[in-house]
Amino acid sequence: MTDQTGRRWHDMGGLSADPVDPATHDYALWEKRVDALQVLTSTKGLFTVDGLRRVLEDMGEDAFETMTYYERWTASVNQNLLEAGTYTLEELGTKMAEVSARGTTYGEASDPNA
Amino acid sequence: MPHDHHDHLSPSGHPYRADQDAPLTYWQTMEIAMRELLVEKGVTTHEEITAQIEAMDRRSPADGAQVVARAWCDPAFKAELLRDARQSVIDMGFELGPMNLIVVENTADVHNVIVCTLCSCYPRNLLGLPPDWYKQRAYRARVVKEPRKVLSEFGLNLPDDVQVRVHDSTADMRYIVLPERPANTEHLSQSELETLITRDSMIGVARAKAP
Amino acid sequence: MPDTVKVRAMFPPGHIRTPYYLRGKIGTVERALGPFGNPEVQAYRQTGVKRDLYRVRFTMAEIWGDEAENPGDTLDAEIFAHWLEKID
Repeated sequence: MTDQTGRRWHDMGGLSADPVDPATHDYALWEKRVDALQVLTSTKGLFTVDGLRRVLEDMGEDAFETMTYYERWTASVNQNLLEAGTYTLEELGTKMAEVSARGTTYGEASDPNA
Repeated sequence: MPHDHHDHLSPSGHPYRADQDAPLTYWQTMEIAMRELLVEKGVTTHEEITAQIEAMDRRSPADGAQVVARAWCDPAFKAELLRDARQSVIDMGFELGPMNLIVVENTADVHNVIVCTLCSCYPRNLLGLPPDWYKQRAYRARVVKEPRKVLSEFGLNLPDDVQVRVHDSTADMRYIVLPERPANTEHLSQSELETLITRDSMIGVARAKAP
Repeated sequence: MPDTVKVRAMFPPGHIRTPYYLRGKIGTVERALGPFGNPEVQAYRQTGVKRDLYRVRFTMAEIWGDEAENPGDTLDAEIFAHWLEKID
């Protein structure tokens, strides 16, 4: 995560790496929603883009390698909202249980009337 | 409502990603919960979230192409764009939000390329969301040390006498490259020129297309 | 701010926007950008005071030494004033 010189994992400029993979993908609806929530909550002053990055960095290299971009953003936005006191862990846990009880797909779980 | 997108391509030619019908993941569950809590707490509304998604979806490299094509055709605009890109782009009617913008110009002697080594800073409020490779380790790690090799992997081989200038977006500025106007385009209209200007040419990993 | 600057070679932990590969390197100020919020403070829910931000240009030879792909190519980065020392 941080080597003996104080270099942190995300500070990767100049390190050797694989050839660039030019493949790309269209963003899914849930990814666009995470992006929108980040923009809206930071614009409203609940946290800064530096707060977003600080959590992403503190999540570590393993998260970078194993989670998708917007999975990591979800974790960071949530962490920042918890720190801002926007909602509590109890409220989040209760809501997540409610959401996952609605169904087994993203479409079903997104529908509060399911 | 199951839809099988797996054998189809989107309008932009990329495969659809598993989305609505794929098994629910932990992080999707968290996104839904977060979104509903934010609405219940009065922080935002479903309408505001939808509007923000639509605003981001409307942004695309075609917006940047309009800016570049105008700079190719209008020397006074180009001078002002290089001096104060944010104001010039806003004056064209684009909504940049709080984004600060610098335009760097390619010439016969200089080739510029943009990166963010520390995360994924990108001129998203003009060009839309970045391509995946821009956010990945290979590009971020290598382009500041071996830009010519990385550019060659994109098919762009630069002569030794062209200076490469790499721009690392480390703080509050965002960048686009003003690519060189291709040869033999004198007869083209500004809107025809726009079709030659790609996302990659504005990041600096490609030239504008030949007509 | 003088034209020639050296990036401070300090290595505190935490959220820092001065890339590791530029620490201790000498460059020239390409332009002054004005005051901006300090990310090292804002990341931790503090406001702090704004700091002057500069675009600094380095040669690849300065950054990478003998490993430079092409010594005369350059790299520009935005560096806050508290990371820069004046070089006479």
